Amino acid sequence: MFDLSGMTALVTGASGGIGSAIARALSAQGARVALSGTREEALRKVAEEIGGDVVILPCDLSDPAAVDGLVPRAVEALGKLDILVNNAGVTRDNLAMRMKDEEWDQVISVNLEAAFRLVRAAAKPMMKARFGRVVSITSVVGTTGNPGQANYAASKAGLVGMSKALAQELASRNITVNCVAPGFIASAMTDVLPDAQKEALTARIPAGKLGEGADIAAAVVYLASREASYVTGQTLHVNGGMAMI
Amino acid sequence: MSETAERVKKIVVEHLGVEAEKVTEEASFIDDLGADSLDIVELVMAFEEEFGVEIPDDAAEKIATVKDAITYIETNKG
Repeated sequence: MFDLSGMTALVTGASGGIGSAIARALSAQGARVALSGTREEALRKVAEEIGGDVVILPCDLSDPAAVDGLVPRAVEALGKLDILVNNAGVTRDNLAMRMKDEEWDQVISVNLEAAFRLVRAAAKPMMKARFGRVVSITSVVGTTGNPGQANYAASKAGLVGMSKALAQELASRNITVNCVAPGFIASAMTDVLPDAQKEALTARIPAGKLGEGADIAAAVVYLASREASYVTGQTLHVNGGMAMI
Repeated sequence: MSETAERVKKIVVEHLGVEAEKVTEEASFIDDLGADSLDIVELVMAFEEEFGVEIPDDAAEKIATVKDAITYIETNKG
């Protein structure tokens, strides 16, 4: 089950906690993986950890021209593209009344617009191949909201709506488009939270702990697999029960 | 048959996987060649690439038959 041998994947934000876990899991299931991100050194480290035949494609997702070029670079490096994982995400938290235009724009441009540009580019080779898997990493706050994260919540909810539209456009070509919505996962993004806040968060999670990158990666592997061919337009919530949708 | 017509027909045969004999100039992509709206988008993008023309959405909507495509490309290519 969930054997990805012979498949290729592009993972954005691959140097982060969740992104590197996703890349590792896809590779472990047999896929050939291209790692993208802004920090080349960090990507190299992840590639070394994974070992084997891993490609590194540095890209700044806030630069539209660079984003448009990323899928063609991946296709050239991998020979084809079966799986696109839109994982890259940034936060610029602030209460809405204090939120600057740039804080709004940066989050929407990296989290949502870049994902759209990448799917638009990937749809072409996937349609030709009559096969494709797009998985976007959204967030529980895209569904529940979170104070201080109007920009982030909007970008993550945007990914869900976008994925549903694309799922309908591309279903006839055996291309599925889904989302995975992490709850609170131990990563650089949650490490910066004060301990008191982390404890308060954990108290709201029935599973009684933060999730791991591997929990998200397993969901991505499933949605990327051939076995998930009849699942499209869905959001798989991986959150220890903190929100049941 | 013009060179453009030959190249257009070749693209249609390749993309839709239909027999070359079926791709007459009068053939409608949707009614005769079994294309759906996504196939039309793929064909338009293939024509743009092959001939270096840009086919805006409003023009693409009017391309229903093989002849429509050939005529548009011959009129608009550089």
